[in-house]
Amino acid sequence: MTEQLSRPAAPTSPMPPTIEDNVNLTTGEVFLDRSTGHPVMQLKDVGVAFGGRSAVRNVSFDVFDREITALIGPSGSGKTTLLRALNRMHDTVRSAKVTGKIMLGDTDVYSGSTDPTLLRSRVGMVFQRPNPFPTMSIYENAVAGLRFNGVRKKALLDEAAESALVAAALWDSVSDRLKSHASTLSGGEQQRLCIARALAVEPEVLLMDEPTSALDPIATKRIEELIGELKNRVTIIIVTHNMQQAMRVADRCAFLLMGEDRTGELIEFGSASKLFSEPDDPRTLDYVNGRFG
Amino acid sequence: MTATSSEPLGREKRHSRFSLPNGGYRAILIVGGAIFAALVIWFLYSIVNQSRPAFSTLGFSWIIQKTWNPNLHKFGLLPFILGTVETTAIAMVLAVPIGLGSALALAYLVPQRAKVLLGTAVELLAAVPSVVYGLWGVIALAPLFREYVEPFSSSAFGWTGLFNGANSGVGLMLAGTILFVMVLPTMVAISRDVLAVVPKEQVEGAMALGATQWQVLRKVVLPEARAGLLGAFILATGRALGETVAVALVIGNSDYIAHSLKSPSATLASLIINNFGEASGTELAALFGAGLVLLVIGLTVNSIARALVRRAGGSGSVASVAVA
Ligand SMILES: Nc1ncnc2c1ncn2[C@@H]1O[C@H](COP(=O)(O)OP(=O)(O)OP(=O)(O)O)[C@@H](O)[C@H]1O
Ligand SMILES: [Mg+2]
Repeated sequence: MTEQLSRPAAPTSPMPPTIEDNVNLTTGEVFLDRSTGHPVMQLKDVGVAFGGRSAVRNVSFDVFDREITALIGPSGSGKTTLLRALNRMHDTVRSAKVTGKIMLGDTDVYSGSTDPTLLRSRVGMVFQRPNPFPTMSIYENAVAGLRFNGVRKKALLDEAAESALVAAALWDSVSDRLKSHASTLSGGEQQRLCIARALAVEPEVLLMDEPTSALDPIATKRIEELIGELKNRVTIIIVTHNMQQAMRVADRCAFLLMGEDRTGELIEFGSASKLFSEPDDPRTLDYVNGRFG
Repeated sequence: MTATSSEPLGREKRHSRFSLPNGGYRAILIVGGAIFAALVIWFLYSIVNQSRPAFSTLGFSWIIQKTWNPNLHKFGLLPFILGTVETTAIAMVLAVPIGLGSALALAYLVPQRAKVLLGTAVELLAAVPSVVYGLWGVIALAPLFREYVEPFSSSAFGWTGLFNGANSGVGLMLAGTILFVMVLPTMVAISRDVLAVVPKEQVEGAMALGATQWQVLRKVVLPEARAGLLGAFILATGRALGETVAVALVIGNSDYIAHSLKSPSATLASLIINNFGEASGTELAALFGAGLVLLVIGLTVNSIARALVRRAGGSGSVASVAVA
């Protein structure tokens, strides 16, 4: 098990709601029904070290409800490492140590009283390579998370499977072969199945680690569109190497870069439009313009 | 393996200076395959041929008759078939849960350093010659069984009727136990390797959905390793069925059907090794017949296990790797 919280962090007060959080500035649509305007997740001085060697440190930012937050930065800057800290995937790595404070709503992610399995059903994850369970059918994959969480009623499972597959834009192509093995799907379909599988558990936050990097451009485009649609349903944090992708899908952006000692640090965090057009830090400008990394 | 593999290999373009021209590859593989096939056919033919006198003088029913008494010209194999199946069953009933549990622990729970140490120990145990296990059974386990295990089993489980008779130490129970100890390292070593190759992505995929460690093992790791685990089972069962010396040392060598787990008994393999020296004529043919029956039992277990894997939808490929 991972040790954490080397220092007690100050209790966090929720940020007051702002107009910007509740109104879509292009359409004027008001989100008051869903969006609280409060951050769903808060990172305070988060760091991750493997066997004493720090991989990423000093990361603080807020993740807002029903927004897409992109983590960008060159290879090795700790994007994956940071993302995996958010749902405690580092628990299985003995040498990993997570420091700082991560809040999910009122839950301290690394508090001793937080059940990691419960946490992971609130913070879902989609991986870089599609990883449906090969021994399970499409249907079983879609409801696997619900079954892990103790749902047994067939009617409930059926309903959830359909709703998740519809949400992942997969229902139309698989509804007549739900019993087929997941391995019969194409790579893009498999990734959408993995998204459906994560959505079925109805997480508050969905973590996606370069979800399109193993896919061709067309499959990538469909996943990107899907991500845009999912925004109404779930808060998304996505790691991407692709600047165009970040520009297309992200509301907010965090730029990580490793310093002299090869440890990743948060260089800049802000709205995507600002980060891509007039960032505060010259290193951000260099990176988004493809000048290094 | 066999000549069928020559096709893809033969077409492969290699540029190493050690590579043979395509024709050379092909020739080596075809000759190798032919030699292998010829050996198998010759072997089977010899056994069948040698056992034929038993079938011609005794008919087919002698195989399942109850009495083995060469003086009376009776060569019934039933006591030995039962002894073989019973000792193997005892061994596997113990080896499957304990072996699987140890393999899971080795693959997923034990810290890295202990993993290496325990892994080496398991591989070492798998390489110990069976006669050593047999000697250990006679010297160390038999007295223990006579003094403690058998009296205890009789008083605790006597009501099952499986533990009647005197406490002699040697017998079905001890033979089954020795076989268990012998096949356990094989079970553990192969199962561990099979479990270890279940992709980390699958494990993490399940974890990320909120699965507990137990659910990850039960719903993702075990189903994916199923084919390979059955391979481990087949290999271990084969070893238990055919084990000769160790069993002959601890089973008590009785030609009668055992009426209790404490009774002395014999297996097809121990029958052969105990009688082969002085046998001739029909008895010798009957011993070859016993070998043939053992072969059939082994093949049956193998094909049942394979059918199970196939029906369960496993790839089967891992199993063949483990068995090969
Ligand atoms: N399990 C681990 N053990 C030790 N070091 C690790 C481990 N996982 C990651 N690291 C280290 O942490 C650093 C950051 O890696 P990470 O995978 O987070 O980078 P990334 O930004 O996701 O890179 P990429 O864009 O290539 O995916 C690297 O130096 C890596 O070697
Ligand atoms: Mg990464």
